[in-house]
Amino acid sequence: MKLALGPLQYYWPRQQVLDFYEAIAATPVDIVYLGETVCARRHELRVQDWADIAQKLAAAGKQAVLGTQTLIESESDLKTLRRVVDEKDFLIEANDMGAVRLLSAEKRAFVAGPFLNIFNAATLNMMARLGATRWVMPLEMSAAVLTDLQAARPAGLETEVFAYGRMPLAFSARCFTARHFNLQKDDCQFKCLEFPDGLLIRTREGEEFLTLNGIQTQSSKVYNLIGEVDAMRDMGVDILRISPQSQHTPALLDLFRRRIDGTLEAEAARSEMADLGLAEPCNGFWHGKAGLEQIAAQAGAR
Amino acid sequence: MTTFTAKPFELVCPAGALPALKAAVDNGADCVYTGLKDNTNARNFTGLNFDDAQLREGIRYAHDRRAKVLLALNTYPQTATWSRWTAAVDKAADFGVDAIILADPGLMEYAKTKHPQLRLHLSVQGSATSYEAINFYYEQFGIQRAVLPRVLAMPQVEQVVKNTPVEIEVFGFGGLCVMVEGRCALSAYVTGDSPNTVGVCSPGKAVRYEQTPEGMETRLNGVLIDRFAEGEKTGYPTLCKGRFEVNDETYYAIEEPTSLNTLELLPQLMDIGVKAIKIEGRQRSPAYVAQVTKVWRAAIDLALKNRQGYIVREAWMAELNKVSEGSMHTLGAYYRPWK
Repeated sequence: MKLALGPLQYYWPRQQVLDFYEAIAATPVDIVYLGETVCARRHELRVQDWADIAQKLAAAGKQAVLGTQTLIESESDLKTLRRVVDEKDFLIEANDMGAVRLLSAEKRAFVAGPFLNIFNAATLNMMARLGATRWVMPLEMSAAVLTDLQAARPAGLETEVFAYGRMPLAFSARCFTARHFNLQKDDCQFKCLEFPDGLLIRTREGEEFLTLNGIQTQSSKVYNLIGEVDAMRDMGVDILRISPQSQHTPALLDLFRRRIDGTLEAEAARSEMADLGLAEPCNGFWHGKAGLEQIAAQAGAR
Repeated sequence: MTTFTAKPFELVCPAGALPALKAAVDNGADCVYTGLKDNTNARNFTGLNFDDAQLREGIRYAHDRRAKVLLALNTYPQTATWSRWTAAVDKAADFGVDAIILADPGLMEYAKTKHPQLRLHLSVQGSATSYEAINFYYEQFGIQRAVLPRVLAMPQVEQVVKNTPVEIEVFGFGGLCVMVEGRCALSAYVTGDSPNTVGVCSPGKAVRYEQTPEGMETRLNGVLIDRFAEGEKTGYPTLCKGRFEVNDETYYAIEEPTSLNTLELLPQLMDIGVKAIKIEGRQRSPAYVAQVTKVWRAAIDLALKNRQGYIVREAWMAELNKVSEGSMHTLGAYYRPWK
């Protein structure tokens, strides 16, 4: 099984991003997804900057993949999308059907991203025919549904599972971070820069609930499938995706690597990672339950 | 399928069940949209939707009055239960519905192959927000209409219309999803039931109302969505419309309990080439459907007759405000500052 680092969901200052990926180059990660996939207003790095990082990571032996923006609204968003697709040296992750159209028209191989809603064999096969060489399971999908899809999956198509991180649960035209500061999106003053891991929403009784990340809403809990690595291997999952956070990402990649390689047991991994997460773990989606639930390892064995 | 003369602009109304269908048709709907009694559609609520006999009767009633019937099969089928969705597509063709509203590409491919004469509409659940995405579905499946997610500002809607041969339908009135439809797993996260696969959001079975010393509390699968002081009207705990704390400030962090109402934009929508307007609310009563349909019919007829002279009548707004969620309304994303 290979290890991937998902696209950076948050908005960090330019130097922090550059430093982050320099550190990533030295980790045991196989695949790195790059690019601004959340908000078009974020401009600390442009497409060319991401392509430069991709070059460096490729030189360090990683497979660099450029992701497209998930929610496309304006003509200028489409321009950026075309600009990303023009990066012919790299594999592209298509995060909406517009990207799929552009890539398949050029007969390019692509990664079918997690927001394309691939829930059944017919859609999965169609994506493969259009050029997908890899697909990322929707976050809300369960192991049981994945098992059926694995059985029906066309030859040569890799399966990737989001295995660690706060989950991107929803996208909106509205920017909730700007809204918190009574700002309009068009004049957001780039408030996201102040929240390297998003802005926490609590319920009125103080329970951590969701995370605001600009136009994206995430879980507050951290999806963590470290306990399911063996099960995923048995199911033929090819790649595990870890989502970047501002602290401890290299340590988490190292930990997943050791778990995949079998040099670290699940229980030891869990205790080693206890202090590395942004919040408590959850794994409900994998077990076909509410996403915020945490199902114990044995009870969850399938 | 029936072949009526194409109307310049269609009013598409919700029909949660047969009485609502009749109310919509009687009050001037050009089309009604319906669903079957299972998770093949995004309003999979107890007591709603159509069995075979009701669907046949609904089609007969609508067609006799020159209205079209659309069937929403707009959830994402999964491999194990795939045949339920394909059977529903077959049924739609067999019963003679005028179009099916789909989100899943695999299912569209099935429909196109098996029933090439059946008209396909891309559901809002397909999350297609640009002409590149809509044209993908056009090229692959020959969709004839797409329903836009409630995320685009007016000039963006216009940009889409200009760059696709596909007819564009937009939401005009009713409950407002603040998230891109088809890309929201919030309900799945909190309750396990997802709009994408189960066809529900913030389902009633997960809801609890509790009177406490601090006020009336509404919970969804145990998570506190809101708390109402005495005298405040208790709202349904749709999870994106509760009051939460961010940095010690308590407010509607995502969206107020408000309804979309675009009556004032109607002439503009017609001008930019939008082909149909959709009224949300298959879960609402026949009285609601009758009321809203009647107002929108009058507005559309006025705008078609006299675009320049169109003004929103106070009486229309008064009627609509009576049935709006939280009695508040918004232009949503059509109005840029909302974003």
